[in-house]
Amino acid sequence: MISPTVFFVAIVSSMLINNVVLMRFLGVCPFLGVSKKTESALGMSLAVMFVMVISSILTYLVYHLVLEPFGIEYIFIIAFILIIASLVQLVEMAIKKFSKKLYKGLGIYLPLIVTNCAILGVAESNIRDGLASEYGFGGGLQVAIVTAFGAALGFALIMFAFSSIRERLDHANVPESWKGVPVSLVTAGIMALAFLGLGGIV
Amino acid sequence: MAEKKVAKNPMKPKKKKDTQWTNLTKGFIRENPIFVFLLGMCPALAVTTTMETGLGMGLLVIFVLTSSNIVVSLLKDLIPKEVQIPAYIVIIATFVTIVGLLTEAYAYELHQSLGVFIPLIVVNCLIMGRATSYASKNDVKSSAIDGFGMALGFTGALMLIGVTREIFSSGAIALGVYLPFPFEISIINTEMYVFNMDTLGGPAGGFIVIGVLLAIFTARGNALKRKREVERQAWIEQKKKEAAERKRKKDMESAGDAA
Repeated sequence: MISPTVFFVAIVSSMLINNVVLMRFLGVCPFLGVSKKTESALGMSLAVMFVMVISSILTYLVYHLVLEPFGIEYIFIIAFILIIASLVQLVEMAIKKFSKKLYKGLGIYLPLIVTNCAILGVAESNIRDGLASEYGFGGGLQVAIVTAFGAALGFALIMFAFSSIRERLDHANVPESWKGVPVSLVTAGIMALAFLGLGGIV
Repeated sequence: MAEKKVAKNPMKPKKKKDTQWTNLTKGFIRENPIFVFLLGMCPALAVTTTMETGLGMGLLVIFVLTSSNIVVSLLKDLIPKEVQIPAYIVIIATFVTIVGLLTEAYAYELHQSLGVFIPLIVVNCLIMGRATSYASKNDVKSSAIDGFGMALGFTGALMLIGVTREIFSSGAIALGVYLPFPFEISIINTEMYVFNMDTLGGPAGGFIVIGVLLAIFTARGNALKRKREVERQAWIEQKKKEAAERKRKKDMESAGDAA
């Protein structure tokens, strides 16, 4: 039985201390690409949360129940990316069938998620060097789920904050050559500086 | 001489010959994956703490992109349109696995320092983008050249970011720490501790350095554009003047005829 503290540590460290975007540089493409409007940023974050948790469970199970017993851990890249790609396809079909409203909100973001490194990165670190790899199969799975949820929360937090800043930046008087991406990148750098201060809490 | 230069029509863009050489060099500056298209930003931020890790990442991408472009181009008629993307992902993932195992065997330090970003080459938008937008439509030879050139441009950009960050954070550029060179030296040793800005070597530095470099390139591009605009205006003035001259001459001639 894993104590609740472990879950707390897992969620705080994956959400704030090792934030996927600012500290580990995973998922920078959607971070820069889909953060022009707060609404779309939140839609993307929701879709990422959905897929990240499910794909973490699936990849963890496949790694420990299929790849490891057969001694073929080295093809984990191919296995994981196929799982993620087909999962995204499935989720898209399911949402389309069951909730037209949700599909309208998330539909356009789902295909983009396949190439979101955060999903593959979190799945990989769950089996390699993350907190989840320190526990046995059952406990590790629970920690992996919590870690994935925390990472997605951290992604959502950053997406929300950054898109709000960008909406403001649109109306700011920025020098011509800094307009658009350059000034956003420097803003993200300053945000990362702020997050550096959270290091060492856990 | 100066007149001749102005008389050249700057409005008509120079006709780009579509040779294999331009195919190779287009990725260097004009279509640079990082600074122009902002593709593959995750590795550009994460593995450029030093020049050498950037170079190492670039070498891996050169191998993966060139070979995946070749294979995609070879199989382009066999793969149905509907399963294009999964098929390409599997091809790319195969080469990434090869590259991951090779670096683990021959460049262990590099493997440790790149960490999760070796498997993440699979989801690098640059590789997928070249496969779908170029290799699936062109022949094997030009696809290979395109992949190689694009990856070279990517490597150059990574190294530029890496050099900036390493110089400012440590004041020197080390070679031979991560890559399996037979020597270990520091090429530029400024001994300048003024530069000792550790932040630029850390996570925040990646964003800030790329932002500043992008702003510099944009400023340069804007200056060029303005210069071209000035040239264009001068050309229009010149043409107007010539036309007026011709008209006046014609008028004078006709006046002379009438007289």
